[in-house]
Amino acid sequence: MHEMSLCEGVIQLIEEQARAQHFQRVNTVWLEIGALAGVEIDAMRFGFDVVTKGTLAEKSELIIVDKPGEAWCMQCAETITINQRFDSCPHCGSYQLQVTGGEEMRIKELEVV
Amino acid sequence: MCTVCGCSEGQTVIEGHAHSHEHDHEHHHEHDHSHDHDHDHTHEHASDHSHDYGRGPARAHAPGLSQSRMVQIEQDILSKNNQYAEANRRYFAEHGILTLNLVSSPGSGKTTLLTRTLTDLKSELSLSVIEGDQQTSQDADRIRETGVKALQVNTGKGCHLDGHMIGHALDTLKPEEGSVLFIENVGNLVCPAGFDLGEASKVVILSVTEGEDKPIKYPDMFHAADLMLLNKIDLLPYLNFNVEQCMEFARRVNPGIKILPVSATTGEGLEIWYQWVRAKRQVSLIGHPGIALTG
Repeated sequence: MHEMSLCEGVIQLIEEQARAQHFQRVNTVWLEIGALAGVEIDAMRFGFDVVTKGTLAEKSELIIVDKPGEAWCMQCAETITINQRFDSCPHCGSYQLQVTGGEEMRIKELEVV
Repeated sequence: MCTVCGCSEGQTVIEGHAHSHEHDHEHHHEHDHSHDHDHDHTHEHASDHSHDYGRGPARAHAPGLSQSRMVQIEQDILSKNNQYAEANRRYFAEHGILTLNLVSSPGSGKTTLLTRTLTDLKSELSLSVIEGDQQTSQDADRIRETGVKALQVNTGKGCHLDGHMIGHALDTLKPEEGSVLFIENVGNLVCPAGFDLGEASKVVILSVTEGEDKPIKYPDMFHAADLMLLNKIDLLPYLNFNVEQCMEFARRVNPGIKILPVSATTGEGLEIWYQWVRAKRQVSLIGHPGIALTG
């Protein structure tokens, strides 16, 4: 999807945090990315390296924490795991699912100096 | 990068703006920072949080090693965009403006559908348009020919409009109270799905000259939309397009989506689309009795 602008968003948030929490360099960045967030991890890594050049996060390590896609099946009345938004329920085959998790795109934490 | 709001320079061009950044729309930056406490006094109890040393992931205690520390952030990557979108949404609510974000792939007939809609509705409703394209102001020019005011936003290298660009565009465009604002997003079925602009609804336009499986090929967009306009249905006799199958795919990713078959060329089905716009506008006017009486 728009991994480059997501990476720019990450840098913006990191720079804000650097001012607020007084750090000068970032060594490691943990991102939590859900399976349904529409983020291509490889593109994210590539974009991250490009976007962080010349910033306080240059050459920092990017660690991606996966989150599985979760949905509530209205037929089975239970939580199931899905890989894509249009998946059907693995138990009953219904498409009447309410996505409950896996849409996350968050910066979890930073290791800073 | 613009240091006030962080927008990247020389990429986005809003008509009439020489990237001057007047920033008269409100930016609500809510900084949620969790402050780290560095204890430099000695703790009597034997716990490992007495000093800042060795709090890095390796828990290294060797002298001379740089003291890295962990900072909890827990912030949504899109939170910045969402703040801008929220400011836009507040602006629309205060002024009783119905905003619709039109999304589709390139070539779905979005601009033709929009110009036809504007021509048919301009006598009864106050209308304005924000046009998003990578380059050129051709679409805004087409819109202005209908007599409706329009503003072009060129996204440059960007593949979608974001909440911040719309905030700037509103400063210039100044849509009227109680009006309907159409935002024609960049032709792209992927990226605009994730970027909230503050609109009341996304309307996805799919033409029958595309594949009927587009809703499951690009599920995020069809999931995010409230209404799907199936355009160019006048061409159905010449195509091998399964309307039922297409609708079934769309409902699979979004059980609540409304689907209206239309043709911007012949006008078929357009009256139902206009009814939907009028109904949505009535909802936007709730709480604005003054506008409802005159509008």
